[in-house]
Amino acid sequence: MDAPATYLSWNFILISVPNVLMILGMIAVFVVALIAPFPSHSEAVEPEDSNDA
Amino acid sequence: MREVSPAQQAEPSSWTLSLRRLIQRTLPLTHLLPDRQPVFVGSWVYIFGVVSIAGLIWVVASGVVLALFGPQWWHQSGVGRFVNSLHLWSVQVFFVFMVLHLWGQYFMAGWRDGRAKTWMVGVVIFAFSIVTAFTGFISQQNFDGQWIAVNAKDATNAAGIGSFFNVLNFGQMYGLHIVLLPMLVGTLVGVHVLLVRIKGVVRPIEKKQPAQPAGEKSAS
Amino acid sequence: MDDPQDRYYAGIRMIRFDLVKEFVLALLAVSIVVIGLAGVFSSPDDPAVTIQTWATKDPVDFVTTATSELAYQSGTAQYGPPYTNTAGAGQAVGPIAPQSWAGVGNPIDTAKDFVLQPLGYAAVGNPTLTKALQTYTAASSDQQQTWLTNYTNALADATVTNDEVTVASGDYGPVPDLMTGMLGLARTGALDGLLLNSGNLYQTDFTKPLLFMGDGSYLSGLAADQHLTGDQWGMMNETGQYPGQTWLWLFSFWYQFAPFNGPATIMGQTIDWSANTDLIVIMLMIILTALLAFVPFTPILRDIPRWVPVYRVIWRRYYRGR
Repeated sequence: MDAPATYLSWNFILISVPNVLMILGMIAVFVVALIAPFPSHSEAVEPEDSNDA
Repeated sequence: MREVSPAQQAEPSSWTLSLRRLIQRTLPLTHLLPDRQPVFVGSWVYIFGVVSIAGLIWVVASGVVLALFGPQWWHQSGVGRFVNSLHLWSVQVFFVFMVLHLWGQYFMAGWRDGRAKTWMVGVVIFAFSIVTAFTGFISQQNFDGQWIAVNAKDATNAAGIGSFFNVLNFGQMYGLHIVLLPMLVGTLVGVHVLLVRIKGVVRPIEKKQPAQPAGEKSAS
Repeated sequence: MDDPQDRYYAGIRMIRFDLVKEFVLALLAVSIVVIGLAGVFSSPDDPAVTIQTWATKDPVDFVTTATSELAYQSGTAQYGPPYTNTAGAGQAVGPIAPQSWAGVGNPIDTAKDFVLQPLGYAAVGNPTLTKALQTYTAASSDQQQTWLTNYTNALADATVTNDEVTVASGDYGPVPDLMTGMLGLARTGALDGLLLNSGNLYQTDFTKPLLFMGDGSYLSGLAADQHLTGDQWGMMNETGQYPGQTWLWLFSFWYQFAPFNGPATIMGQTIDWSANTDLIVIMLMIILTALLAFVPFTPILRDIPRWVPVYRVIWRRYYRGR
């Protein structure tokens, strides 16, 4: 891991492969979070009464 | 809140009672630790905040161990190096999920309905987290830290704060990093979470309302 | 009982949601990820460069830098506040000049602090060096400058013979002897310690050795190899194959193109902000951060979430259910 990283360049953009992976990973996680189904709870419950603490 | 009887209304003023009632009004325990949420909190986007906090807990825990053994330890010991690695990767997790949380809250316009303070505290947390990470990077006492400090001095000097906030002074930067800044970030995170619990999660954007900034009573 | 949250959520179905369990599960998941990543990838720890390493690996660069410190021509000597009083130095944007306003809060005399004072210690018991120091300090300032200028020019073609820096013969006065002394001090590691000397036993301020190393090319050469310099998006990067600080992308961004890092021709005018880039970027980032904080009050920025309907995906089940 200590050998210098590979860098990708385009115009004035110069970025390391690990950083590209991080950014792409973040975008992927965000998209998955948007579309992945969340465990659903079908029964409704009454709102809590503040006196019930 | 209990009814106040005429006899009680005649009580002399009590600061303690006033404070207690203020807290009960602002953040009753059922809001601090609710066991139910509105149905729209059913998206994985809502976990980014708590995951950042989990990351922050690991940052602080690994940082405490590093501080306990002193700044030289992790250079000389295999276990120390591992704890340093925990610190590095938990910082990455913290920042990644904080940014994802920011993206999520932005696209949900989480500042609506009187929640502008929560958003603003969040931005301040982001800024101070960067400063905390920066003081950490230059406290590494290795090539990376040395190089970052030599460069960062140009920024702090240009801003006129370079002789007060001397990035080349290890003692000063280390002290900021392990004491003052974590206290600040920790306190701000606490305030941020309390604000969320006080107001509750913001309602979904409703189509018919025009853009409302931060008004208390607006419905969206 | 009047609960503002009841009013706020009126008409919206409430469901059971275990916040504490959510937090514990998040903590568990993050623990597995952090321990896993730390175990597999570890963390970088390239050892710090010392003046000793520098003088051993690149003695010509070391001697060139030491000469420039003596001549008050190095980066530090010409820096301006907070280190020196150099006229005209210091970044400014129009009338805004915080570097100059702050003044010389951390004064450095490069000739004395980096060269003459350390050599004073080394001269004890060393007659050649003692005489060289005496000759140098007794000479007039013009004479010193002549020697230093000649020697600096000669160093451009210097070679290293038997670990000594050799230049063509010329009128350099005692300067070569002084530099031999510096090289000796540096190679033994003594200079690293001497530059930290502040009269106290305990020391945590590395200003002098770091400024001295920063004035040379050896440290920056190593940094460039690892893509860590300012115009290589260095702020975002880490040594080795580790991810760096991706969240600093916008701070680093400005340093990558003209007029921030050099001259640019815009509508026939040549603009070059590179002498004041750091201040310009700091001011820009303060403004942008403030803008981010004030998004709730800023038209257009606060409306984009409505126009880019990511929210419809997040709350799709809620909208369908109504």
